Amino acid sequence: MSTTTLDARASAKRRKTSLHSQRLWALWGSYAALAVFVVIFLVPPFYTVVTSLKSSAEISAQVGSPWMVNHPTLDNFWYLITYPNFQTYYLNSAMITAVTVVVSMTISVMAAFSLSRMGFWGSQTLSTGVFLTYLVPPSLLFIPLFQIVGMMGLINNLWCLALLYPTLAVPFCTWIMIGYFSSIPRELDEAALIDGASYIQILLKIFIPVAMPGIIAATIFAFTVAWGAFLYPLAYLYTSSQMVLTVGIISDLIRGDVFQWGKIMAACLLASLPPIVIYAFLMDYYVAGLTAGATKG
Amino acid sequence: MAESSSISVGSAAAGATRTSSMKRFAQRRSTTAFLLCLPLILLVAVFVIYPAFYAIYLSMLNKKMTAFVGLGNFAFLLKRHTFQLVIFQSCLFAITAVVMKALLGFILAHLMHNIPSGNQKIWRGLLLVPWVIPLALSTLTWWWMFDPSYSAFNWVLNQFGLANVPWLGVGWIARLCTITVNIWFGTPFFMIMYLAALKSVPEQLYEAASIDGATARQKLVHVTLPMMRNIISITILFSLITTFADFDIVRILTSGGPQDMTHVFATYAFQVGIQSGDIPLGASDSLFMFPILACAAFFVLRGVTQRTKEIAA
Repeated sequence: MSTTTLDARASAKRRKTSLHSQRLWALWGSYAALAVFVVIFLVPPFYTVVTSLKSSAEISAQVGSPWMVNHPTLDNFWYLITYPNFQTYYLNSAMITAVTVVVSMTISVMAAFSLSRMGFWGSQTLSTGVFLTYLVPPSLLFIPLFQIVGMMGLINNLWCLALLYPTLAVPFCTWIMIGYFSSIPRELDEAALIDGASYIQILLKIFIPVAMPGIIAATIFAFTVAWGAFLYPLAYLYTSSQMVLTVGIISDLIRGDVFQWGKIMAACLLASLPPIVIYAFLMDYYVAGLTAGATKG
Repeated sequence: MAESSSISVGSAAAGATRTSSMKRFAQRRSTTAFLLCLPLILLVAVFVIYPAFYAIYLSMLNKKMTAFVGLGNFAFLLKRHTFQLVIFQSCLFAITAVVMKALLGFILAHLMHNIPSGNQKIWRGLLLVPWVIPLALSTLTWWWMFDPSYSAFNWVLNQFGLANVPWLGVGWIARLCTITVNIWFGTPFFMIMYLAALKSVPEQLYEAASIDGATARQKLVHVTLPMMRNIISITILFSLITTFADFDIVRILTSGGPQDMTHVFATYAFQVGIQSGDIPLGASDSLFMFPILACAAFFVLRGVTQRTKEIAA
């Protein structure tokens, strides 16, 4: 009798410890696998940093491992910071991105408020249409847009991007904002309506402050789209005074067969800095913006 | 609607003024609503819908855009060997990359789900880096790593006594390289979406399954996957569209070469339409993407709405 209970207790204990050790193995296994993935994912950014610290001489006379820096130097960065063309690209990118963000957010917040709360004849169709517009990739329409931009006389004019980028950002931003606005309880705007607030007041004083996380997420999205777009500037701009960073780096630092890789990598690093800084400080909003699309749709 | 019917029960005179004021109110409200949407409607109409129809018109013109040739451009493209390669490579590129991204993202999401949530943030932060760097810029780094004479990968291979690989110089290897870069870039997005989905599965379901004696595999197949189906299909749809329409990677890495083997629809349209100046041919080339994308969107979205209805019912 007593032996059987002891046996049962012992086996239960063994089972528990084996379960425990199994869990522990799974945990450490997960960490190890994740570490492998992180290393693989970070190889290109690491190599960008390594190369950007090398002089052209060190790159062309490669001694030993290309993954190491023998004589680290900040010359590439200094060259770029004092290089007028690069300054122009940076300024152009910043201007276009700022305009795109402001325009896109204004358009999409207004539309999302109207679609989620007010409604009019055909507003349901419009919401669906907005979602479908998001699915239209830029590479589908860049050729007719080339003609349209040409008709407007904006070929090789930086500001054509300020017209075109909102088409990439607005549908998704509107869609995220519809999701956020719909989650605000209706009692809130009903109470404000009874107090005699107009719809514009409701939007400005209630909806925008309450849905601030959504607005930040959508703003980050609009920013990344405008900052990183490549096809439109490549197709519509060709003089360096009008170029933005993504195309300026390629067309300026690659001259025929001469690749100044150290400078190119330093330029990549400087150009990816704004998105990375935003990401580092606002990661939660960034992730919320990414996932909001699918979970709220 | 509800208000006006309840009002008609009341006294006629008061009811009449009330309904008319309600009507005016509703009118004003819907006018405001429409005006708030107007910028969006204009933007989409001018820069999305109009160009779409304009593309169809353009695709039916001859090279100098002086004569109408009907479907001639499409027929010409289909007969061209380069374009057949483009169709093949676009499908290969999109399908292989999306499948790999979906699988790796799924594995990563599960690994992340295994570790305590306090530590997840830092790992997530590191794993999302490929997605955060603008693609056109990170592809430049890949290009540099694939460089024919200074390739950093070849140095590693040489350390193990292996010969140099001509990364972007041979058709099939170049194809694999473009796909690899796309997988590297897109996997974090899948991971984030799946992780959000995994977190939304209620813990009770797993407990109930454990009590019923379900194995880990059974839990995955009968609990996790059904609960995640909508997010999985939406994520795959998004990714399929962006991958299929990809331009940056192929344009920067190979510009379509060697022997046009890595061209996808977007890069070929750019080469034909913008660089060679044959706008109608470029327009018809990119229009080929439309039916394929529309089919994918239709089936995925139909499935999603059906499942949403089933859940609601």
